Amino acid sequence: MAESRGWPGALSGVRGGILKISLILAALYLVVSLLPHVFEVADYRQFPVIGSRVLVWCLAQGHLMFAGFVLGVPIFALIAEVMGVVLKSERYDGLAKDFTRLLAMSYTITATLGALLLVALVALYPRFVAHMEKVFDPTWGFYVAVIFGEALFAYLYWYTWDLLQGSRKGWHVFLGVMVNVLAIGILVITNAWTGYMMTPGGVEGTELAITVTSRFDAFVNYAWMPLNIHRMLANVCFGGAIVGAYAAFRFLAATDDEERANYDWMGYIGSFIAVAAFIPLPFAGYYLGLEIYSYSQQMGVSMMGGSFAQLWILQAILIGSLFLAINLYLWLAMGRIPGGERYRKYQAPVLVVLATGLAVWATPHTIIATFAEMKAMGAAHHPRLGVLGLMSAKNTAVNLMIIATFITFMLYRRGNKRATSAFAVPGNWIQGVAFVAVVVGIVWIGIYGYFVPAAVRVGLSKYQPLMVGGFMVLFLAIEGPAYRGAKSLGEIRWGQMPRISQYVLFFLAVTFTWLMGLMGYIRSGIRQHWHVYQVMRDTSEGAYIPTHGFATMVVSIIVIIFFLFVSMVFALAMRSELRERRAS
Amino acid sequence: MRRLALPLAALVWVAVWAALRFGVQPPIPGQVMGLYMSITTVAILVYVLADQERTRAFLAPLVALLRESHLAVPRLGVLIVVPLLLGWYTYDSVRPRFDPPFEARTIHPEPPASFRLHGADFDVLRGHRPEGMGVNAQNLAAGRRLYYRNCMYCHGDYLNGQGHFADALNPLPANFRDSGTIAQLEETYVFWRVSTGGPGLPDGATPWNSSMPVWQDFLTEEEIWQVVAYIYDATGYTPRESGSAEGH
Repeated sequence: MAESRGWPGALSGVRGGILKISLILAALYLVVSLLPHVFEVADYRQFPVIGSRVLVWCLAQGHLMFAGFVLGVPIFALIAEVMGVVLKSERYDGLAKDFTRLLAMSYTITATLGALLLVALVALYPRFVAHMEKVFDPTWGFYVAVIFGEALFAYLYWYTWDLLQGSRKGWHVFLGVMVNVLAIGILVITNAWTGYMMTPGGVEGTELAITVTSRFDAFVNYAWMPLNIHRMLANVCFGGAIVGAYAAFRFLAATDDEERANYDWMGYIGSFIAVAAFIPLPFAGYYLGLEIYSYSQQMGVSMMGGSFAQLWILQAILIGSLFLAINLYLWLAMGRIPGGERYRKYQAPVLVVLATGLAVWATPHTIIATFAEMKAMGAAHHPRLGVLGLMSAKNTAVNLMIIATFITFMLYRRGNKRATSAFAVPGNWIQGVAFVAVVVGIVWIGIYGYFVPAAVRVGLSKYQPLMVGGFMVLFLAIEGPAYRGAKSLGEIRWGQMPRISQYVLFFLAVTFTWLMGLMGYIRSGIRQHWHVYQVMRDTSEGAYIPTHGFATMVVSIIVIIFFLFVSMVFALAMRSELRERRAS
Repeated sequence: MRRLALPLAALVWVAVWAALRFGVQPPIPGQVMGLYMSITTVAILVYVLADQERTRAFLAPLVALLRESHLAVPRLGVLIVVPLLLGWYTYDSVRPRFDPPFEARTIHPEPPASFRLHGADFDVLRGHRPEGMGVNAQNLAAGRRLYYRNCMYCHGDYLNGQGHFADALNPLPANFRDSGTIAQLEETYVFWRVSTGGPGLPDGATPWNSSMPVWQDFLTEEEIWQVVAYIYDATGYTPRESGSAEGH
């Protein structure tokens, strides 16, 4: 491994990485410059067999998945590294390095997919690219510079890991900060483009006859900030899930107990990161949806009540399954904690909350029913279940599911501890009273939402997550003093996890990825026959909404291809780690 | 208790099914029932898997059935009955039926950006109730008169979709008192639906079979706004407000 061969090896690794990225960018520039000379002038061109739309769809989604991974992982790699410095723990440093190990190869794949996407857009959708160029031309060069900077710092971050240790660690942390700053830069620039396509601003006119009145408004468009927040959280969550899957792969392939223990721990940390970012994600998604609805009721209605409504049922099932899987993983993990068996009695009530919450969340407002069923109901809405189809019920269900998962996690944390502090009993009482109060409050807001105007209901919905967040903060604030000096019932037996728990980690990674693909399709699809909503019409052959079956099939194929690439990254990372170990 | 994991799991499953099947009236449609029972099945399996001893206890009778020599007769029975049940289920799913097919109907179709109203364009996305057609006692009284003269026969005198003609219509008239109908929508949306009726349904509103008349052929713009104001006032709902995209 380059980093084990001192500075010359590290610099050679960085040079190699930068050379790869430079070659990709140069080839891209060349191809994009030549394309107009190769093809005759046209608004659209058809890609054979699968069609232009499906090709661009696959490339864009595949690129986005890898981009999400390479933007999300550095955030928690840096956090783990800083924790290693603060706690003086080599274990955290090793974990951060293991996270980063997965990035080196992923950057190349991300860049390649991004380059292919751009070539496909220029070749197949030249008129659309011409429009975007008019609006965002100044951002292109800046974007390339940021990508270049990101790659440079990322390779430096990886290849200097062993060299910048001890008194030089601060420099390495600085490199990690730069990787993240530039990664966020990439995210906000691309979100401006995506946001503009949905909620354009700063232009007058339509099609190619537009005048840019304010480039700032085009960039900082209506959906920009919600997209930034949503994607930032989603990237961390997604990155955590993929890292968890890598740890599961290594756990299952481990040949000794030490290795198994290490990857069990890594899997736990990966899933913890995924869950921590996952908890606020539904609210960030709700905020994005709300902003889209506010911008245009046409897109809002398409999304929630029209053509795409049934896909939200699928989304609810997927997210509900994630909640179930996360809880299952934690309960299985409690099996390797001495004293964890004390909390088994909470499994059934937590499951009842999760299953009921999922049932409420997945209840469609408009039910697909036979004529006889419709007649019996008196409408397409069931007179009893119809109320569960509205956001008031669904928000309530999600919030209760989050609290239930939080409780499971706190029980896991308490697993091998017996409180001895004098504050433990009153602290538990306060936590119990707060729990009851927050549950009653959430349910009350949910019910009250049916009796107030839509504007008030939407406004009220933010108090539910605020209550949940407040409850978590209070619970954690009490937990510290209540369990200070707690008696240990034994060490966690890392590595002694049933194998099925590792398949749960795979399930989390695949489900997160599939969910990302599905939601990406919905977000993009609600523009319908517009490249740029209400500004540039899509007049290509693919300007229609495909059937849900077709769309979900495409998403599934993208997920399969993504995991084939990810498997390759896993195999290379494992080979690199084994080689490094042999060398040392 | 753990010894009984499998029968208890089966009992819970049957109890949930029975509660949903017989405890909710009118009966829950197949789509939702399938969803609820799938969730129940997964939840039970998660509970079983969450504890290794529980998993072993759950699987023990199944493993014994497949392995123990003294259970050869019940094993044979299971190996015959299960494929037969699956075969019957498959046959029942694919056999020809005479029932009308499902209608994947979009209840709230996405509105167009604009539509033709008495020969002029009306902007649904950025339009609003015109000045002079505000919600006041006079307009509400006029709206009420118009509603009972024109709309009540289908949408009902209680605005709950149970009018005189309701039973003859498919799809059924909208129930304005349901919190999932006009309460979720902006006023311009309702104005568009009343103005253009069934023939004005957009491409996405399959199967385009609403029997709602095109009311702009019978009412003036002012009268339609009056009716819209009345149905909101009578049901106690207020229209959803649109956000402002000004400056963006």
